[in-house]
Amino acid sequence: MKLRPAYIAGVAETPLGEVWDHSELSMAAVASREALAEAGLTFADVDALFTNYMGEEGTVQLGEYLGVMPRYADSTDLGGAAFEAFVHHAVAAIHAGRCEVALIAYASRQRSRRSRKMTRESDNSSLSAQFELSYGLPGPLGHYAMIAARHMHQFGTTSEQLAEIAVAARSWAAKNPKAWARDPITVQDVVESRLICDPLHRLDVCLVTDGGGALVVTTADRAKDAAKRAVRILGAGESQTHWGIAQMPDLTVTAAAVSGREAFGMAGITAADVDVLEPYDSFTITVLLALEDLGFCGKGEGGAFVEGGRLAPGGALPALTSGGGLSYNHPGAFGLLLLVEAVRQLRGEAGERQVPGAEIAVAHGVGGLMSTASTVVLGND
Amino acid sequence: MTDQGPDLTGLPADPTTAPFWRAAREHRLVLQRCRSCGRYQFYPRPFCLSCSDPELDWVEASGGATVYSKTTVRIPVTPDMEPPYVVAIVTLDEGPRLTTNLIGDVPEIGDRVSLTWRERADLPPLPVFRLAGDGEGQPRPEEGAR
Repeated sequence: MKLRPAYIAGVAETPLGEVWDHSELSMAAVASREALAEAGLTFADVDALFTNYMGEEGTVQLGEYLGVMPRYADSTDLGGAAFEAFVHHAVAAIHAGRCEVALIAYASRQRSRRSRKMTRESDNSSLSAQFELSYGLPGPLGHYAMIAARHMHQFGTTSEQLAEIAVAARSWAAKNPKAWARDPITVQDVVESRLICDPLHRLDVCLVTDGGGALVVTTADRAKDAAKRAVRILGAGESQTHWGIAQMPDLTVTAAAVSGREAFGMAGITAADVDVLEPYDSFTITVLLALEDLGFCGKGEGGAFVEGGRLAPGGALPALTSGGGLSYNHPGAFGLLLLVEAVRQLRGEAGERQVPGAEIAVAHGVGGLMSTASTVVLGND
Repeated sequence: MTDQGPDLTGLPADPTTAPFWRAAREHRLVLQRCRSCGRYQFYPRPFCLSCSDPELDWVEASGGATVYSKTTVRIPVTPDMEPPYVVAIVTLDEGPRLTTNLIGDVPEIGDRVSLTWRERADLPPLPVFRLAGDGEGQPRPEEGAR
């Protein structure tokens, strides 16, 4: 059966950084309106709504706020990977004829509110409380730290190699006027920054900022009045591995091994075809494992792979081109902004940080306690 | 057991883990072992993760383990624990892994460790691990079953 192709026809960022003149809902509304305008659509056209972490009941409060009563709604809770999963689900819903115009939106003010809401349960009967929190493991930092420690032990990966990822993100951020942290840093700055959970340093860890965004997934037909070129969704996939870190079958293999295989398989591409990569960078180690599990290099080779500025401007694999969660913006769930940047790179509208001739881009979300992964492959028609 | 389920006084409010915590009060670390395939598992479930068989026995672990990964936590997380302290994942000799603390001289990843207990005020003691002394347990391959 020949499936109708689905497109991202509009994208927008919310106000970013420290936002004092909006609520989360008004930020999401502003971005949604802008993304719909790019797509040549309005709120009245939206028949599917996707969000999470925006209220007490999934999509319900955002729908009310926007005046949208969708016939398809999804609040899948995959943390940072939720938004790539929403694209995956929107494509499936469009293929099944269950919707035509899917709005995906998110906003957070965790910097101005000074709270990064942890999703961990506080009830002493949860499995997390019984077998993890009682040992003083800070989530998600401690989980990622033990993953990094294991990768170092098993493959000889070094702190300097992880630092290359933070340096690459910062060098892209210097080219992005909307990035939060734009001052140059060196590998030495990263490894000499404060150790917080060995082997991770302060500069191996993402920002806490206000931010968010919106995007519109629709059919070619509905996107025909789009103000800007729509980008085709070539493939998508998702998976999950664990919640308790001791339940992760192998600390060096993430859910990206499955989400990448699914997404690349659907798109009919390999890692070698990717012109620009937007990997989730909650921590430097998050990127390193994605590079391995998505097939950009072999298992255990990520450390050597990122050396010499390979991900940085001018490198062989442009990645983190917005500056990433490490230097541009990290509103708790960063996955939507990865997609926004990927679309802008494919449209050729990324300004000073534009990757010349980008035809295929990958956005790869990671969520929870390195628990979830979702991968989206985008391309120009 | 009554119609109201097991007595969970002084235990986490989770009936499925009560046998684990009751044994912990006696400083015994217990795991489930499948009657059908013989695999051990932790935490407890009403079926075997390997073969789906519902018949599982509680058996005491040897207390020997190998450090699979670890981190030194240098930020305040809970009022009960003053940083820095070490959180680790250990692979028990029986196969399952658990998250725990390493106390005393800090072992490296791959080192042999042995079981000890940390008392708590309102809940059963927690299984924690320390560097194994000479002759404690036989070294095992690091890549144990889950």
